[in-house]
Amino acid sequence: MNSSNLLSNVTFIYGLAAMLYTGSWIFKKKLPGKIAVYAAMIGILGNLAGMILRWVESYKLGIGHAPLSNMYESLVFFAFTIITLCLIFDHKNKKMFTGIFGSSFAFLAMAYASLSPNVNDRIQPLIPALKSNWLIAHVITCFFGYAAFAAAFGISLVYLIKQNSKGNLKKTSSSLPNSDVMDELTHQMVMFGFLFLTIGIITGAVWANSAWGSYWSWDPKETWSLITWFIYATMLHARITRGWAGKRIAWLSIIGFMAVIFTYFGVNLLPGLHSYSQ
Amino acid sequence: MGSFEKNILPESLKDQLVPIIFKGFGKCDIKKTGINYSIFAEKGRWTRLGVYAVHLSIIIMLAGAIAGSFFGFEGYVNIPEGEIRDTIILRNSNKVQKLDFGIKCNDFKISFYKTGAPKEYRSSLTIIENGKPSFNKDIIVNDPMRYKGINIFQSNYGKVPAKKPSKEHFDKDGINLNFIYKKTGKKYNKKIKTGERFDLPEGAGEFVVKSFTDSHQFMGRSLGEAFICYIYPEEGEPEEVILPVGFLNFDKMRRGKFFFSVSNQNFIYYTGLHITKDPGVWIVYAGFMLMIAGCFITFFMSHQQLYVEIVKKGKKTTVTVFGKANKNKTGIKNRIFGRIRKINEQL
Repeated sequence: MNSSNLLSNVTFIYGLAAMLYTGSWIFKKKLPGKIAVYAAMIGILGNLAGMILRWVESYKLGIGHAPLSNMYESLVFFAFTIITLCLIFDHKNKKMFTGIFGSSFAFLAMAYASLSPNVNDRIQPLIPALKSNWLIAHVITCFFGYAAFAAAFGISLVYLIKQNSKGNLKKTSSSLPNSDVMDELTHQMVMFGFLFLTIGIITGAVWANSAWGSYWSWDPKETWSLITWFIYATMLHARITRGWAGKRIAWLSIIGFMAVIFTYFGVNLLPGLHSYSQ
Repeated sequence: MGSFEKNILPESLKDQLVPIIFKGFGKCDIKKTGINYSIFAEKGRWTRLGVYAVHLSIIIMLAGAIAGSFFGFEGYVNIPEGEIRDTIILRNSNKVQKLDFGIKCNDFKISFYKTGAPKEYRSSLTIIENGKPSFNKDIIVNDPMRYKGINIFQSNYGKVPAKKPSKEHFDKDGINLNFIYKKTGKKYNKKIKTGERFDLPEGAGEFVVKSFTDSHQFMGRSLGEAFICYIYPEEGEPEEVILPVGFLNFDKMRRGKFFFSVSNQNFIYYTGLHITKDPGVWIVYAGFMLMIAGCFITFFMSHQQLYVEIVKKGKKTTVTVFGKANKNKTGIKNRIFGRIRKINEQL
């Protein structure tokens, strides 16, 4: 079995975990949730194995490099980061909540990676600009940031739905954590994401300086990551200094994630230093 | 606030409780009033500075960027293989900036993967200072040269016509030999190296480029660079063929079966270097470190204060725990309550 096959099987495991999590929430039963956690763990192991296998395969092709170099590899890694992050959060907070978003986003990312005709799953050789150990530090930190923001987005979305729900939906959403908990979880996720986005931008800057001689060149991806950084910085300031909470924070988290999406995908439409990450 | 009661004297209760409840809090301030105790401790008071560190780090980064733009420069230079340059064109102003040393490009190489994608751009550079070579390094895209505060990056490349053909280039790239069979006018082209033999068509024998000379003398005047070649026919004596690089029709005079010439289409690479000097970069890096440390402290560390009262009322001793934290109140409350439960179970 090659890494692409293994990883497309992982897609189904994540899909299953996402369904179980959702079922556990809708039918207010604990058991499917517990199974979902195990399914997610198996998915993570498969995901990790797929990435390692791909790394080994690249060496067999004589173009060995860490599997973090193009859109396919970044999506696979994104799936890994978000579900891992959410399981750790749930474990720490003794809840079964963020796993819903972890498994859903992981499923979506893997499905897009495996099925989209725009995403090439071939192992390609590294272009000279990417041949650096900074690649690993830069990509890992950025993607943990993205993962935390994606989770915060999911929580915020559910928060807003719960706040505005009536009738049956209100009954169904009663098994969700209460609003204050969700609000606090969003804040925690955003703090985590902000720290990692900051480190990601900084490692990118240090790398750019050692490879091209300038730590900042207003490349579209750099500019958009800075815009994203400012949106979340605004959100943290609003909460800490102005005491913003609830709906306003949820909306800021959603806007921030739109910027993350554009930084990740949209920027590839513009020419720049990062245009190889397609 | 949490409290519990025990049938233990305050003195011994205090001794058992402090190491658990105040774990990680450092020095405790213990006051004794009669047989009762009050204990206070805090940690992480300094973490309140984290938020100032974050904002200060932005100012430091900006200061570093300004320092870099005042005391540094950034520019480009293209150096053909074998040549030396000591001036660069500045990026923002297009002005010429002289460097304190010359940069010689000894060689530029580009290699490709099987797919045709570029694999590596490599420039072999030598720093020439006071007319003498002082430092050598091959630079590639992620591995620049740093010399006396100047950074030299691989950034571009291209081809220029070789001004002066040299033996090294022909040895490296081969010789582009053209020849025409006069009878039919059929044209041939072959790339060969010095010393390599090959069979001419039409059974005309073997052809070999014997040597290269910088200056070939003919009838008392120099024809410049030329190749000395021989044809070895199947029968008879070898025939000398002189192919001057600068005179393509020279071999027509020989009136042989074939008319030979070397095309002067020799190109050499130039390497495009990005040259920077940025004394502010270390200030910016210091700002980066402070930003990361500050964010971590601000988000994940807090100033925590704990106060415990141990009071004997009648037979029972009551312990009351008060806590305060400036961040992550719920998380810290849960941790302290966990410790209280632990003591309650142990005693």
